Amino acid sequence: MRRTFFVLLGVVIFAALWEGYKLVGSPDGTVVFGVRVLPRADDLSMPHLWTVFERLGKPELTGGRPVWIVILHACVFTFGITAAGFVAGALIGLLLAVLMQRFQLVERGFLPYVILSQTVPLVALAPLVAGWGGTIMPAWATVAVIASYLSFFPVAVGMLRGLQSPSASGVELMRSYAAGWWRTLVKLRFPAALPYLFPALRLAGAAAVVGAVVGEISTGTRGGIGRLVIEYSREATSDPAKVYTAMLGAALLGLFVAGVVSLLEVPLMRHRRHVEVVTL
Amino acid sequence: MRRFRIFTAIVAASALVLTGCGTADSPKTATPGASGALTPIKLQLQWFYQAQFAGYIAAVDQGFYQEQGLDVQLLEGGTDIVPQTALAQGKADYAIAWVPKALASREQGAGITDVGQIFGRSGTYQVAWKDSGITSAAQLKGKKVGNWGFGNEFELFAGMTKAGLDPGKDVTLTQQQFDMQALLKREIDAAQAMSYNEYAQLLEAKNPKTGKLYTADDFSIIDWKKEGSAMLQDAVWANTEKLSDPAYQQQTVKFLTATIKGWAFCRDNAEKCRDLVVAKGSKLGKSHQLWQMNEVNKLIWPATGGIGVVDEAAWKQTVDISMTTKNQTGDTVLKKTPEGLAYTNDYINQAITAAKSAGVDVNGTSFAPATVTLQEGGA
Repeated sequence: MRRTFFVLLGVVIFAALWEGYKLVGSPDGTVVFGVRVLPRADDLSMPHLWTVFERLGKPELTGGRPVWIVILHACVFTFGITAAGFVAGALIGLLLAVLMQRFQLVERGFLPYVILSQTVPLVALAPLVAGWGGTIMPAWATVAVIASYLSFFPVAVGMLRGLQSPSASGVELMRSYAAGWWRTLVKLRFPAALPYLFPALRLAGAAAVVGAVVGEISTGTRGGIGRLVIEYSREATSDPAKVYTAMLGAALLGLFVAGVVSLLEVPLMRHRRHVEVVTL
Repeated sequence: MRRFRIFTAIVAASALVLTGCGTADSPKTATPGASGALTPIKLQLQWFYQAQFAGYIAAVDQGFYQEQGLDVQLLEGGTDIVPQTALAQGKADYAIAWVPKALASREQGAGITDVGQIFGRSGTYQVAWKDSGITSAAQLKGKKVGNWGFGNEFELFAGMTKAGLDPGKDVTLTQQQFDMQALLKREIDAAQAMSYNEYAQLLEAKNPKTGKLYTADDFSIIDWKKEGSAMLQDAVWANTEKLSDPAYQQQTVKFLTATIKGWAFCRDNAEKCRDLVVAKGSKLGKSHQLWQMNEVNKLIWPATGGIGVVDEAAWKQTVDISMTTKNQTGDTVLKKTPEGLAYTNDYINQAITAAKSAGVDVNGTSFAPATVTLQEGGA
């Protein structure tokens, strides 16, 4: 209840700031020494929020479906890609973390590359991956690959920390039970890693959305919200509110994914208490 | 559903791991046999479906490619898809690309040849407010000039250089977004625009002062065709190496023949072609697409030498500008004259003969552009 209240409060504050700035801000923005410090407040740059909502209800094109339905469909499409990318990324991340925990050699040899992978700019990677579309995989899958590429990293790093988190006494206790590596992993390390895993998954979820949206833009994959953002932004000259409807859709998709990921916690985090007992 | 997603994700991931960075070979080009099987062909476009590509869309829809025994699949572009690279890497059988950009890729080793110069004219404008008094390149002196960069700016730079300006000193250059807001807000004095796209967007925007749409009277246009710094744009590019294969040669002629038919169809049925483009799921409105169709037709027709034939003078001008004009960072498009088979009229001429004998008007001498009224937002 309280949470809902604060969420609503946040929305109201944002709306008040936006419209308030439109009220007091100069339509030409504020320029100090040739550098624009405050954005323009005119209707072309910052349409009224009600214009944006009105636009959602109007047809996309004459005689077409209303914008909100188009955006909803696009969000569902992108959510599918995001989910595929997220699941693939999370699995790869988990696997890497387990391997790195098991073999120190792998950790030493591989971890730098895992980190390096995220310094490769997406714009350099995307055209490469885009080229696989239609040859070894359908075009939408290339976007999922980009999403998974961004989302495996937080899981790999977070999970590795988690797997290494049990105290020495916990590990020694398992050894005294004559538990092997696998048993220690399943009974001790996995449960201990859960508190590390979930924040990592949330990061991964957000990264997957970004990856899917950017991937759609760069590969031109049709059907998703990323494609809509770029299609509508071409109309920014004559229909500025339309651009914001697509951005609103992308933002809501991000929130939705974050919500779904935190739902994953509910069944799994019941074990958390159990973890604390073992690691003590 | 979730199960399915997870499964496909795993398949995708393992396919990725297994193949590494391997690429599948493009399907072998088979000559259309007596069996009547169609040859699959992929054509890489430069951007999303819009009337700029109406001729190809129409040729698919009207079955012109099929008549020639070809099953053509159109591939949409994206921000990171470079058509000529896709062609050189074998991901497409033919590609649509602007000549200067494709020549730059050739210089870097892409084995591609211009086999059909569909757009005989350039559609690039520099648009200014009428009240600014800017009507020629020389008058850009001391003004804030928007340009797109990424190799789309050379006509502007050549035009300014030709008018005796030093683009580095005499004007303030600004990187321009792909919309026209900067001009409308008067942040810049002159903006780059394609006659068939961004210029139309200006005319679809509402003037907050009058509450009506802007009109052509509000703006003045510097047309690089008139300033003598125009460069060739949309052309059909083929794979140079494969052109030595008689089967691919034959296929190229067939492809071009159907393409000519498609563009001639769109010249004579602009509204029908607009509908075809809209049906392809273009997010741009109907009046915008009709405007674009009309403007694109103007870039093609009338085609004195026949549609698609490379005009030697225009080619030379394009290459000259590519080699001599420097942009703001001092780069030229090309370092040296294009080597090898940069363009050939062999196949387009055969295609023109074939199209003519099928009763297609390949010159469009009587073509008269229509007057298109744009609606707000292009709707």
